[in-house]
Amino acid sequence: MTKYKTIKTARSAIALLGMAVFASSATSSAMADKMDDYKVGDIHSGYVYTAPSTRAMQDDDFENPAFLMVEKGEALWSKPGPNGKSCASCHENPEEDMKGVSATYPKYDPKTKKMMTIEQKINREIVEKTGGKKVKWEKGVMPALSVFIGLQSRGMPMNVKIDGEAAPFYEKGKKFYYTRRGQLNIACKHCHEDYAGKHIRADLLSQGMANGFPAYRLKWQKVGSLHRRFRGCNKNIRAEPYKQGAEEYVNLELYVKSRGNGLKMEIPAVRR
Amino acid sequence: MTKTALLALLIAGSVTLAGSASMAEMVKYKVENDGIKASLTGKAGDVKNGRKVAINRKKGNCLACHASKHIKDQLFHGEIGPELDGASERYSEAELRLRLVNAQMVNEDTMMPAFYKNTGLTRVRKKFIGKTILTAQEIEDVLAFLKTLK
Repeated sequence: MTKYKTIKTARSAIALLGMAVFASSATSSAMADKMDDYKVGDIHSGYVYTAPSTRAMQDDDFENPAFLMVEKGEALWSKPGPNGKSCASCHENPEEDMKGVSATYPKYDPKTKKMMTIEQKINREIVEKTGGKKVKWEKGVMPALSVFIGLQSRGMPMNVKIDGEAAPFYEKGKKFYYTRRGQLNIACKHCHEDYAGKHIRADLLSQGMANGFPAYRLKWQKVGSLHRRFRGCNKNIRAEPYKQGAEEYVNLELYVKSRGNGLKMEIPAVRR
Repeated sequence: MTKTALLALLIAGSVTLAGSASMAEMVKYKVENDGIKASLTGKAGDVKNGRKVAINRKKGNCLACHASKHIKDQLFHGEIGPELDGASERYSEAELRLRLVNAQMVNEDTMMPAFYKNTGLTRVRKKFIGKTILTAQEIEDVLAFLKTLK
């Protein structure tokens, strides 16, 4: 008994000593380790480029304003549509049933023979399964459902398919990414490939990764779609933006997401 | 007033309001030896106005990408392109003028916008169609200011 106690005490003393040594040298390396969660090789999530205070908001679900939308989405899940059916009628357990779903969108849709984003899929389900009407992307039902569904993929690797039927759409998205546009005549790649990590005025350029979208943006003071973000980029370079859900943006979303395949999903992220 | 006269007035008004050069007003320039020798307007640039245009985020917005020790009243200078300071020691006036007018004629892949170009662009936002980012005189003014940054 005594012997056991002694060993135990000695052990904890060593452990404590170890921890102290570790702690003194660990602050920076722990920080680096934490950042490793947001990187795959040279691919960095937008999280890496955001301010520490913004990261802190994302790190804590109670601080993350997007969780109001998550709660709203959770409530909507079992709210019956015009025909009496809700999302829950078919997907009783969203935590399981929606796991990994957002990580694979946009997906090829055999019906339209085009790519389909998660927002378009949600709208199709609303119409076909619950007898409801299509909803707009940026307010009310859509951001609530898209972040609630997105959350079920959090921590899973983004994994959009770009071969087979998706291949021609991937090529179109890629072409968009490398095409100069707008009066400023700048392509996506100039900011997000050539100069990621550099400042444009006070703003740190990111690699333009999409694994956190729909995200809460401080600039918007609300949750918004990736296509809303694309619109902002296009306006910044004085290019005519496309509407949410336009084929050009759907294909661009596929390409941009494929660049970040392997990054952990962060919906709903918090961004500048 | 007849309808035609009113329409003509409106058109004249909108051209004046547009500020930046419209297609009809574009100044022709000659590129030789990696530069544009002659002033676009035949006039000297105004240093004071050049500084304003260079700083204005809706005009030159030079500090978005470049830094300068001489523009300390403005915070947060960009890190994309080379420092503005000493540019006139690295390049001749003609070379600088071409780089302001259309840097893509020097480096095809550069991120630097062409500040005096209004054709051959893709999907320009409606309110900017046919317009250059800077007017010919604003190019000359920025050039004059740039030459003061040693």
